[in-house]
Amino acid sequence: MTVPITIRLQEADFDLAHEVAALSRGRTDIGAVVTFSGICRGDEDGEAIAALTLEHYPGMAEAEIARHAEEAVSRWPLTGITVIHRYGRIVPGENIVLVVTASSHREAAFQGAEFLMDYLKTKAPFWKREEGASGSGWVDAHDRDDTAAARWAKP
Amino acid sequence: MKVLYFAWVRERVGKAEEALDPPPAVATVADLIAWLSQRGEEYAYAFEKPKVIRAAIDRMHVNQDTVIAGAREIAFFPPMTGG
Repeated sequence: MTVPITIRLQEADFDLAHEVAALSRGRTDIGAVVTFSGICRGDEDGEAIAALTLEHYPGMAEAEIARHAEEAVSRWPLTGITVIHRYGRIVPGENIVLVVTASSHREAAFQGAEFLMDYLKTKAPFWKREEGASGSGWVDAHDRDDTAAARWAKP
Repeated sequence: MKVLYFAWVRERVGKAEEALDPPPAVATVADLIAWLSQRGEEYAYAFEKPKVIRAAIDRMHVNQDTVIAGAREIAFFPPMTGG
């Protein structure tokens, strides 16, 4: 059976419970669903943030996420994936990204979700601009995100 | 070819995209960055640290030693910060 993969880039917010229900409705082959939500924090390194603005590369962002979703399906026995990534202006407390993975058992669902998030952080063409009290600027990439993604590299 | 810029590369260059026709000697992504850097101070500023710049050809990540022949769309951008 083809594994259902849903990928959406959107300005609008999403509803986690709705997305989980949409993925699992009418199915009895799913024994585990893992969800990860990335949420806009109100501060970064002690400085207050008024908002984030996310820029993306339309066309490539969808394709890059789809490639990694397909890779996740090839590496773990997943039975469904939903990835939603927002763009535009997002204020603290709002959702940024959602990853939902389903499987018969929890291990694949946990690992698939972690893999997808680590790759979203370092390979999906999105860029965050921060509005802070002392002006605004582009967020720097973190080495720790590259380290997290590197652990999934195939030998 | 169509060349796209994103995030602070876009801001420094001052445009999101343009159509360019580099000379045949511009063979690789690194060559294209060097050629662009000569086009004006806004380009020199955007590409002042070429090793930091990431590139994609036809919406796939590539290294800077990748040959650009046949590319329809080349994008330049900083390291990604999504998720």
